[in-house]
Amino acid sequence: MSITYLEAIREAQAHALRDDPRVFIYGQDVGAFGGAFKATKNLQKEFPGRVLDSPISEDAMVGLAVGAAIEGMRPIIEMQFADFSTVGFNQIVNQASTLFWRTNVPCPITVRLPFGGTSGSGPFHSQCIEAIYAHYPGLVVLTPATVEDAYSMLLGAVAVNDPVIFCEHKFLYYHLKAEKLPSEALPIGKARIAREGRDLTIVTYSAMVHEALVAATELATEGWEIEVVDLRSIKPLDTDTVMASVARTGRLLCVGEAWPWGGVTAEVIARVTSEGYGLLDAPPQRLNAKDTPVPYHPNLWAAHRPTSRSVAAAARNLLRT
Amino acid sequence: MSQTVTESHTDGQIGSASDLHLAAFRFMLWARLLDEKFATLYRAGKIHGGVFLGRGQEALSAAIGVHLNKTDVFAPLIRDAAGRLAFGEPIIDAVRTYMGSALGPMRGRDGNVHRGKPQDGYLPMISHLGAMISVVNGVLFARRMKGIKGIVGAACLGEGATSTGAFHEALNQAAVEKLPLVLVVANNQFSYSTPNDRQFACADLAHKAVGYGVEAHSVAGNDFAACMEVVGRAVARARAGHGPQLVVADLLRLCGHGEHDDAGYIPPDMKNSPLGRDCMKLAEEFLLKKKFTDAAQIAVWRSEAVREIEDAVAQVQREPAPDPFAENWTALATENLSEGRE
Ligand SMILES: Cc1ncc(C[n+]2csc(CCOP(=O)(O)OP(=O)(O)O)c2C)c(N)n1
Repeated sequence: MSITYLEAIREAQAHALRDDPRVFIYGQDVGAFGGAFKATKNLQKEFPGRVLDSPISEDAMVGLAVGAAIEGMRPIIEMQFADFSTVGFNQIVNQASTLFWRTNVPCPITVRLPFGGTSGSGPFHSQCIEAIYAHYPGLVVLTPATVEDAYSMLLGAVAVNDPVIFCEHKFLYYHLKAEKLPSEALPIGKARIAREGRDLTIVTYSAMVHEALVAATELATEGWEIEVVDLRSIKPLDTDTVMASVARTGRLLCVGEAWPWGGVTAEVIARVTSEGYGLLDAPPQRLNAKDTPVPYHPNLWAAHRPTSRSVAAAARNLLRT
Repeated sequence: MSQTVTESHTDGQIGSASDLHLAAFRFMLWARLLDEKFATLYRAGKIHGGVFLGRGQEALSAAIGVHLNKTDVFAPLIRDAAGRLAFGEPIIDAVRTYMGSALGPMRGRDGNVHRGKPQDGYLPMISHLGAMISVVNGVLFARRMKGIKGIVGAACLGEGATSTGAFHEALNQAAVEKLPLVLVVANNQFSYSTPNDRQFACADLAHKAVGYGVEAHSVAGNDFAACMEVVGRAVARARAGHGPQLVVADLLRLCGHGEHDDAGYIPPDMKNSPLGRDCMKLAEEFLLKKKFTDAAQIAVWRSEAVREIEDAVAQVQREPAPDPFAENWTALATENLSEGRE
């Protein structure tokens, strides 16, 4: 038996619904249809009254979730695409994220964001906007890169007593497979060493972990040992694991599929240079998507975002300095 | 504590009409005097940030407050001191929030009209207009899932907020879910300085209800007796399962947007029109005409209210301010996931 990243997300939701009567799912087409990506396939049938279609109203979807959370429920909101979560942005960053701090009443909602580029998806179905959410206090932002993490971190997200932005990468939905679902997991907030090495550290997350791993394999044939750190959670960001890796390798390359201005890669570099300047043997580098909307045509798209080739090239440059 | 006011909380259950009217009137009176006290403190430089009054809107606000039970849900907005008191907010919570006291419900983290106790169904507004409605929907939705029946949720807003996307999304959502939501729109003709002809183009805001498939009620918002009747009916309809209710009340705010604003944009002839009549006066006239009470009794209530408010302010002024060193500086309930703690 094998299970995909997408099926793991469905299974995690089934598990959460089964275990906890406070959980419900609300989103566009999530009911009988099972969601645009089928992440809620058959769940409405299995859990009547708890998997509900919403109108196309991202603001009101999140607002409703906050109200339900106040009432002790643990709603999961499915955004059809991460890109559309901007319509619900206000409720996420001003309502959900401030509630606990203002009132001492927790806001345990999970907002699922199918995000990231896939070929042919274009400017409005491809965005990586995790960093915007991470910027706001009061939110936890998760970016699982593996089938196992997709499953266990989604379960963890539902259990966390705070609003969680769960960024699930659409490129990984069908590509990524595992033999079985995990029974144990690293805690939320801990990064993972996806590959060990001693010459250079690549810090990345989500789909870019896989590009980095391919690049590392390629560089291994040239004699370089690349360490790949999968952040798993971008907020909180596990600075300790990153710093320990840089202490081993002395070289840091941060890779993100998001746009270059600010963001996760800039944050990691800021932390490492300010807290671990002495660990660095060369100026830290970062590789991001280009600063344009995400293009439609596969040729343009492949050149817009980092790939294993551009990651390997950036790593080679850094290894030579 | 605002003993007198709090203990007389009506819970919407009072038997005789006169009792409910008298209760509502007292909340109006308390609110008017409390607002005046805040304005005085503001002018004396004793309040950080702005002060927002409900002068002229007390009848409408009290009418919704007294028709809610303690187990209902209430999301008031900036001009709802009367409704808040009627829903059970102690005066001292209002004072503590305005003064930023560490002992208030918002602990100095938020201030002025941004206050509430979500655990009691009393939702603390965020500033973003329209954003509270879907949160009320969520509480109602969750309660329905839990099998709780017979409750309603009310959200207050101004006519300006009806132009937001959040208003549209939330009212449509409530209609789709047939939630027992009562939206109380105080159409005070100006949203900050913007007149209605720059805000919306429909002949009557109540017409919007048709488009959403919800019931509408119109009322003269400074007519106390009318507000009590119409708002009472809307709440009863929602409670009886007839879905969301939109109440549109025409009135004028008899003050600036906030105390920093002299409202010079409100034309004098509008102030002198029936729209500009003070709901407090109309309420008093109504109660006296109906012989529900007399002038002497009103004078007693007034002095009681003044004393309570003065006591609350004096008490809060002696209370400790929030201590930055005692703050944990984390916005998360899950402390071990919090960044930036030293
Ligand atoms: C979404 C949003 N935009 C702008 C503002 C700034 N603002 C605060 S109150 C106000 C006017 C509100 O008018 P209305 O809804 O009619 O209520 P009123 O003040 O008349 O009671 C504005 C523009 C805000 N709070 N929220």
